[in-house]
Amino acid sequence: MSDSKGIFIKSALAVSAATVLMLAGCGKGGDKASSIPSDAVEVKIGHVAPLTGPIAHLGKDNENGARLALEEINKAGLTIDGKKVVLTLVPEDDAEDPKTATQVAQKLVDAKVAGVVGHLNSGTSIPASKIYSDAGITQISPSSTNPDYTKQGFKTTYRLVATDAQQGPALADYVSKNLKAKTVAIIDDSTQYGKGLADEFEKTIKAAGVKVVTREASNNKATDFKAILTKVKGTKPDVIMYGGMDATGGPLTKQAAELGIKAKVVGGDGMCTEKLAELAGDAVVNVVCSEAGMALSKMAQGADFQKRYKERFNSDVQIYAPFTYDAVYVLVDSMKRANSTDPSKILLVMPDTKMTGLIGNIAFDNKGDMKEGVITLYDFKDKKKTVLEVIKM
Amino acid sequence: MDILLQQIINGLVLGSIYALIALGYTMVYGVLGIINFAHGEVLMIGAMVSLSLLRLILSLTSDLPGWLTLLIVLPVTMAVCAGLSYLIERIAYRPLRNAPRLAPLISAIGMSILLQTIAMMIWSRNPMTYPQLLPSSPIDVFGSGATITGKEIVIIVVALVVMCGLLFLVEKTKLGRAMRATAEQTQIAALMGVNPNRVISITFMLGGALAGLAGVMIASNYGNVHFYMGFIPGLKAFTAAVLGGIGNLQGAMLGGLLLGLIESLGAGYIGELTGGVFGSTTKISLLFSCLSWF
Repeated sequence: MSDSKGIFIKSALAVSAATVLMLAGCGKGGDKASSIPSDAVEVKIGHVAPLTGPIAHLGKDNENGARLALEEINKAGLTIDGKKVVLTLVPEDDAEDPKTATQVAQKLVDAKVAGVVGHLNSGTSIPASKIYSDAGITQISPSSTNPDYTKQGFKTTYRLVATDAQQGPALADYVSKNLKAKTVAIIDDSTQYGKGLADEFEKTIKAAGVKVVTREASNNKATDFKAILTKVKGTKPDVIMYGGMDATGGPLTKQAAELGIKAKVVGGDGMCTEKLAELAGDAVVNVVCSEAGMALSKMAQGADFQKRYKERFNSDVQIYAPFTYDAVYVLVDSMKRANSTDPSKILLVMPDTKMTGLIGNIAFDNKGDMKEGVITLYDFKDKKKTVLEVIKM
Repeated sequence: MDILLQQIINGLVLGSIYALIALGYTMVYGVLGIINFAHGEVLMIGAMVSLSLLRLILSLTSDLPGWLTLLIVLPVTMAVCAGLSYLIERIAYRPLRNAPRLAPLISAIGMSILLQTIAMMIWSRNPMTYPQLLPSSPIDVFGSGATITGKEIVIIVVALVVMCGLLFLVEKTKLGRAMRATAEQTQIAALMGVNPNRVISITFMLGGALAGLAGVMIASNYGNVHFYMGFIPGLKAFTAAVLGGIGNLQGAMLGGLLLGLIESLGAGYIGELTGGVFGSTTKISLLFSCLSWF
């Protein structure tokens, strides 16, 4: 009797010690090999976003979203084909650079990941997609909006956001109908994303009979926009459209106000972040921007997600964390349906994805784009992103 | 007319910042014959340090007028940057003084990556807002429609004063003479009783202090700081230094101002002058073609 009790206490101690160790392992990022129990299989999921450079904060936001999903799935326990599976995240940094993007893509292929969540920018997702396609690994971009990404004929490219072919016209409609602009100046950051969005916007706005008074190009690392803005000021546009990210869009908006330009500044999802209010200062009241997905505040579980995110990472959701979060769930959902963690088998069942995620209904058309694309328009009230309109495509 | 005037004002503001940074490149090249590619990062550290100091001061008291706060922060920042520059020279360049020329260049790039990463660890990877201490509302220039802000006036004036001070230091003082001597022939200067190591350290520290000043200027002008912010100004200032003839102080100042003006006017007028053949994106390539032509 006393003996068996002793054994019970010992094993209870051992189990709790193991749990503590596991939790400690998770706390340190959760991707330590030591946290994987011996009876479980490790399955790697790749994540790529810029973790250095001007939009490193958005990259980290994306990575955090994926990490949160992964930790929740591991905590709940995942069994595929009778085997216990522990997911680990392989986070990579593409520095918003097309060349680096292909290098880290190869690195992930070599690491034998089951699927990839990323990349953040269209300009990196597109060059990397060839490598994933050759390796037969599913790539789900949480935030690439350039239409070309899924138009290359690859079976591996998926995305969870609407495209710029939807976002550009949505913005253009708002500018011509709600803002009643007669003239517009367009500036882009010369990236595949910024230029692509600006092109789509230009097409629709011209068709609506609005005059494009000037088209300017800057770059994604610029800090000074006064020269370009001065030229824009000379053309007296009703609205300025900017295709680019918040790290450049914020300063641009601020400098426009300093030059005494009163025009509204309209931009896409790249600059539609909470951070923009800080970067643009008081001038942020001039901004109208769009997000290529459902607004966090309009998601059924949005508030709860924000709370969990804040507890785990002690920072606010910037923009696309809910989408990387769902991307991980989409991959896991496919693993379950395929009853395998083999990338080629996951890829086979990806087209049949039909699930309700945090961001809403997720199902793909034959290119890998979302069947139900959503565009949300925002402006800034009291320096907070405020929903103007939700447009279903 | 107001547009032309505005572009010239933009160019002058940009140019005076470039000139300050270019001086750091040119001075170091003058005495050592190497290009200190970590210079832009010193500028970034300057902006970051001044932000931390500003936050500290603002948390203690909010009654101080903006210019006074800046006046307290500036010397401390410049001292920190001078110290950092000194360390960079000791760690990354001095051990390689007699190595082939490529070696210090590589250690410079390494230093630059290291500093960026350290800044990212200390101050996070988020862009941060820099408090607006100087007036930033547009002032009309002579009723022409062109505008300038209070902070831009301060930037131009401070840059001019500092540049004149530096010229005086190099041309008229004993230290300046030692610097010029070291630049001309290090060994012979040493024979004449100049301690070249000391002169080189001081040159680096002066350059670092100027970079710190430029960092504060950029941060207060654009209102944002970021661990990546030193890269582009560093590159442009390097271009300015080359444009003015690297190693030449007056040249760096003129090169900086000229580069700022070319950039502004280029963005404004290249498109029109060439009938749209070249757009605003080509201004930098145009500049580099100018450079290779010189």
